[in-house]
Amino acid sequence: MIEFRDLHKGFGPKPVLTGFSLQVRDGETLVIIGYSGSGKSVALKHIVGLLHPDAGEVIVDGRAVASLDRAGLTEVRRDIGYVFQFAALFDSMTVAENVALGLRRRALAEDEIAERVREALALVDLTGTDDRLPAELSGGMRKRVGIARAIALRPRYILYDEPTTGLDPVTSAVMDQLMIRAREHLGVTGVVVTHDMRSAYTVGDRIAMLYEGRIRQVGTTAEIQDTEDPVVRQFIEGRPS
Amino acid sequence: MISTIGSKTVEVVRAAGRFGHFVGDLARATADVGTWPRLTVVQMRRIGVDSLPVALFIAAFTGIVLALQASYTFTGTVPLYIVGTVVGKTMMLELGPVLTGLALGGRVGASVAAELGTMKVTEQVDALETLAYDPHSYLVLPRVIAGTTMVPIVVALGIATGLLTGWLASLVLLDLSTAEFVKGLKFLYRFKDTWFGLFKSATFGFTITLVGCIVGLATRGGAEGVGRSTTRAVVYSAMLILVLDAFWAMILL
Ligand SMILES: Nc1ncnc2c1ncn2[C@@H]1O[C@H](COP(=O)(O)OP(=O)(O)O)[C@@H](O)[C@H]1O
Ligand SMILES: [Mg+2]
Repeated sequence: MIEFRDLHKGFGPKPVLTGFSLQVRDGETLVIIGYSGSGKSVALKHIVGLLHPDAGEVIVDGRAVASLDRAGLTEVRRDIGYVFQFAALFDSMTVAENVALGLRRRALAEDEIAERVREALALVDLTGTDDRLPAELSGGMRKRVGIARAIALRPRYILYDEPTTGLDPVTSAVMDQLMIRAREHLGVTGVVVTHDMRSAYTVGDRIAMLYEGRIRQVGTTAEIQDTEDPVVRQFIEGRPS
Repeated sequence: MISTIGSKTVEVVRAAGRFGHFVGDLARATADVGTWPRLTVVQMRRIGVDSLPVALFIAAFTGIVLALQASYTFTGTVPLYIVGTVVGKTMMLELGPVLTGLALGGRVGASVAAELGTMKVTEQVDALETLAYDPHSYLVLPRVIAGTTMVPIVVALGIATGLLTGWLASLVLLDLSTAEFVKGLKFLYRFKDTWFGLFKSATFGFTITLVGCIVGLATRGGAEGVGRSTTRAVVYSAMLILVLDAFWAMILL
């Protein structure tokens, strides 16, 4: 289980998270929605210790991430795959090398690594792209490689940062299917950050809205669709104020 | 006024603290021998190849100019073999290391800052961390070690080139014989001239790459931020090279 407890984070004088609390249950896919710049990525980065809270804490399976030493942090990160917004692939490496990079940090045999890379690329329907460079791929394909890189590590959790943003509707639907497939095949718990409501309804078991630094409302997809909260309503209906 | 000075002081202390922290992380990263040695070789090749043409070009012309200026200055006052002395001493002690250092600050420093800056703003640095790599041992250490070792080598080749063109200029443009030029080179030569210049160059290489890494990894704000970091790395490393140059002269000469 991942739990945010009263998280506060600001940059300089600007507060971003002000008392952010949320639980991610094992086995579910939780979607965090919110306006651009509301701090969704900031929240996600606290889970893997890329950012340190000013106050409050993030607990991953009983471990408070910010208080871990390097070895402890590496342990936590082993359990978590992170899919970055623009995939964050390494330009100078081929697709296969990108997917294998995290595996090389573990005591795995070369053929085990090759097998896992093949498997992960197959799961995102990118079999045969091993030797391509990221620059030769479309935005959607790059994001799929990003997912493959996370899956290859066989994590318990996968964090997706805006997996469908900037993609055409069909490619977005493909991404949704991949996220669902990752959960069904691998049983991973997912946290998806997005402002794409169609995607949120498709992949989410529960949806939480981040607004002005904290969770405005959290509930099942059906509950959010029927919300009475004017702020949430406005966001999910995409009405200008 | 006082509060401005106060906040400036706090800023400087903070920056120094961050720098100390960074160097501490770097020292710790040396233990990760599975990662950095292999990558260091790649960086050494890159920095060497990147630097050699510009360094040799600068050194070649510096050698010629030094010979001509020495002859202009000393003709009719001291024996002209002093041209060899001036070319040798100046190339080794000062112009070889410093001109090369400044030029490489512009080339190597800028490219390191741009590369790491791009990796930072596209979250590749974050991705490395989540894949259990330490950016200090994966990105910084290889570049800093490569800079510290390759820059003196490049400078040494530059000095050799400068001496060669200085000698050729003396033969062709001045009426100096090879024997006289060599006599001038040996006159007043101390082994310290050589190691001082090369030691200085190593500290310049260290500074150029470290500044490039620090500035690159602190990049924020997209392509524009990368541009700002690149300029900043060049300016900072040029200033630090000049300060270091004076510092070593005071300490070691
Ligand atoms: N490392 C950082 N340094 C300073 N400000 C940051 C940093 N990361 C994010 N921010 C700021 O925090 C706010 C929230 O950013 P982010 O979490 O990326 O929003 P989003 O909800 O769109 O993902 C933004 O205003 C952003 O500029
Ligand atoms: Mg974001």
